[in-house]
Amino acid sequence: MIDGIAMKKHPKEEGVVLTPEQKRAQRSRSIAIALSLAALVILFYVITLVKGPIVLVRPI
Amino acid sequence: MSLVSESADIGGPMPAGAELALVEPSIATVSDYIALMKPRVMSLVVFTALVGMAVAPGSLHPLIGFTALLCIAVGAGAAGALNMWYDADIDAIMTRTARRPVPMGRVKPGEALAFGLTLSGFSIVVLGLLVNMLAAALLAFTIFFYVVVYTMWLKRSTPQNIVIGGAAGAFPPMIGWAAATGSLSLEPVLMFSIIFFWTPPHFWALALYRTQDYARAGVPMLPVVAGQVSTRRHILLYTLILVPLGISPWALGFTGMFYGLTAAVTGAIMLALAILVYNERQPAERASRQLFAFSILYLFLLFAVLLVERGWGGLLARLAA
Repeated sequence: MIDGIAMKKHPKEEGVVLTPEQKRAQRSRSIAIALSLAALVILFYVITLVKGPIVLVRPI
Repeated sequence: MSLVSESADIGGPMPAGAELALVEPSIATVSDYIALMKPRVMSLVVFTALVGMAVAPGSLHPLIGFTALLCIAVGAGAAGALNMWYDADIDAIMTRTARRPVPMGRVKPGEALAFGLTLSGFSIVVLGLLVNMLAAALLAFTIFFYVVVYTMWLKRSTPQNIVIGGAAGAFPPMIGWAAATGSLSLEPVLMFSIIFFWTPPHFWALALYRTQDYARAGVPMLPVVAGQVSTRRHILLYTLILVPLGISPWALGFTGMFYGLTAAVTGAIMLALAILVYNERQPAERASRQLFAFSILYLFLLFAVLLVERGWGGLLARLAA
């Protein structure tokens, strides 16, 4: 619906076209985010193994 | 079609510049985001936190220790990013900070804000979940103190900005200690006090030869507001408090003779340089530069000797346990 309205308003619009520099920057940011998330998952997994059941005990 | 361009279509007429700012893709690279985290400040934070963790009693699994340091580093980086977001206007004016990513236009203010808030949340939650709640609470307070109390409030409103704001930089050894023990005691408070009283002479020595920079940006650093003579007197007074504090861990029996000797010798040099700064008059700035440079070495040496003398054995014992 929204796309339809936008298409009628701008029939020749091709969207945002990235420059090579913007593409490179976006790609490097995406890779960094992916690696960070993967590292976080691994960290949680390994610490759960290290701590064992005590991982659920968190006294304040 | 992206959400950004949908909202631009639905929202009716917008100023051309505002619409362009909404849809203009970012050119920020990973290195720009790393620069946002103030890596040099982060390295000092990690080092002092490591010492706090290493000298603490009890046992700590190396992986938990690594996780605590990682969270402290990321939390410090988040605070740095939020500082750069808020201070972009004055950073652009000051020579020392004009090449930071936000004033350079490589990272948009909104990106820096989102990055800082996200990392703050992650670092605090992960530290709380994987290490302990006290360390997480201290990290949260440190980030709040640095961003809200120092950056947003004190920095632009009082010449005592770095005296009170210096507490933010003094917390890391306490967080490290709390991560290792889940509690606090006199030793981490002493480490906190050493960094707390080290901060004013360190930054005022810098401000003495960057006075024009701070004045142009409207930051009320002590030399700008109270003048050079008063600042030099304050540097000497704070150094007179700092030197005995530096020796106090040995005097109270927490460390051995090697630390005591190091603290006495480097403290004497700090004091001698502070006296030189006190006797120096504008436009000379040699003593100020020397004090600024040596103050970094002074703090590093105190904590490095603490690590070797008290902490290294502790770390090795923990790795072996």
